[in-house]
Parts: sequence; C-alpha cells; structure tokens
Amino acid sequence: MLTCKQFFEELTDYLDDKIDAQLRAKLEQHLSDCPNCWVICDTTKKTIKVYKGMDVCTIPPEIHTRLMAALEKKRKSEG
Amino acid sequence: MMKEAETPIMSVSSSSTSIDDEAALVAQARTGNAAAFSSLVERYEGKIFRLAQHITQNREDAEDVLQETFLKAYEHLDQFQGAARFYTWIVRIAVNQALMKLRKRKSDRTVSIDEEIDTGEDTVAREIAGWEENPEQQFSREEMTSILNTAVEGLPPIYRAVFVLRDVDELSTEETAEALNLSIPAVKSRLLRARLQLRDKLTRYFKRKGDDAFAYL
Repeated sequence: MLTCKQFFEELTDYLDDKIDAQLRAKLEQHLSDCPNCWVICDTTKKTIKVYKGMDVCTIPPEIHTRLMAALEKKRKSEG
Repeated sequence: MMKEAETPIMSVSSSSTSIDDEAALVAQARTGNAAAFSSLVERYEGKIFRLAQHITQNREDAEDVLQETFLKAYEHLDQFQGAARFYTWIVRIAVNQALMKLRKRKSDRTVSIDEEIDTGEDTVAREIAGWEENPEQQFSREEMTSILNTAVEGLPPIYRAVFVLRDVDELSTEETAEALNLSIPAVKSRLLRARLQLRDKLTRYFKRKGDDAFAYL
C-alpha cells in the first residue's frame, strides 16, 4: 500500500505514462483508495491538457523585422 | 522605447516540426546559406520569444534575449555538433541569456537554473477541489490565455523554463535536461512542482461551483 508521499514521487512519470504496469497498478490502487490524491491527479492532468492546447502566437512583426535586421548587420560585418 | 508586453505569450493552435527538415536546414546554414538560417529563425523565433518572456517577464528583455540568441547561434553555428536538435541547442543559449538578464536585474541575488529549491511544502497542494468538466468553455479564448499566462508568471523562473519546455513545447524529459543543463531527476522534480503549483493556481478559477476546498479531506 503506497502512502500519499510515495504516490506524489511517482506522479510525474504516471502522468507522462512512463511507468511499468506493476507500478501503474499500485498507483491506481492508491487513487481508488484516496479521494484527495484522485482529485489532485485528475486536476493536474487537466492542467497539463489546457496548456498543451496552447501554442506560440505569431511574433510581433516589428520584433521579427528588428531581429532580421540585426542578423543582416552581423552578416555584413563578417562579410 | 518599447512598453511592457500586453500581447498574449501563447495562443491556442497547434503546429508540428519536421526534424529531418531541420537537420537539412542546419547543414545548409553551416555552408553559409543565409536563406537557410533565416528559415531556422522563422521556425523558432516565436518559441524562443515566448520562452524568454516567460523567464524574464519583460518584453524588452525578451526581445534582447531573442536577438542575442540568434546572433550567438549564427556566430557559433560551426560549433553545433548536430548530436542534439538545433532547437535544443538554441534553447540552451536563450535560457542562459535570459538568466543573465535576471541576474543583472537582481544584482544582489544570483539566479540559476539549477539553484537549490525547497523540497517540502510547495509540493503539497493547498486547494483540493474538483474542476468543471471543460474549464476551457467557461472562459473566452482571451480570458483563458490571460489566466494561463498569469498562472505561469507566478512560478519561480526555474520552474517556468522546465514547464514551458516540457508541457507547452512538448520536449522530452531528456531534451529538456539537455537544454537546461540539468539532470533528468532535477527536471522531473521541477516539473512536478511546477505542475502542482499551476494546478493549485488554476483551481481558483476552474473549481466546480459548490465545491469547497478541502471537501475531500
């Protein structure tokens, strides 16, 4: 029987699906016995899900322009 | 003079990158092909700018980091061995540049990606309450972006970098460790703390109506 502390030590690998079947079974047994850990695990999973749905917004055009100008200047100075 | 960022650091969409294509572009850039290097810049400038904003929390510093990263990458391209992904290599440059900015700002306090961190209380979730089934549907896209960005901003820099690389950019644990020059256990430990702290912050927005914190205790 795992303690909550032991469960938390394995939580990252559990959420990333990086554990073997035996350990997964132990963690899932703990989840079915411990409502607190179940809620934390479920909402942490949802936390990862909402962030995974996000991606880079387009870089502001003026920042892109200044970056390309800086690189061009560098090329010319080394030319 | 630029003002503080108001544009969202992230927006909702999806993209994928061909690693084979990246290797070909790097090979061409190494022969002096400026167009190939520009293609690499265009591919990664958004991600590097976002990472720099997350670490520095300042748009002007983030732009400096962006420029310094690609100028250094251009200058030292011959030193890139090709054993790692080009993106992992430039992330490492960007993180170092961003941390240097923070050090300059907080000259009385050293900021390091591998500094010792508390190992106790911050891993313990404070608010235990279930969430609405689809929290995204409770808020507009702009509100959601603002909530998620604000939550990340509340994390210490060392957690922000690990979280953004692992859970937003979806780098592997090994790639994140390499990019940040951390051990794999250190990445896992910081990622766990970042995820739990974010979960705790987001619970304040997304918890089911009528759910009391600690109701499950």
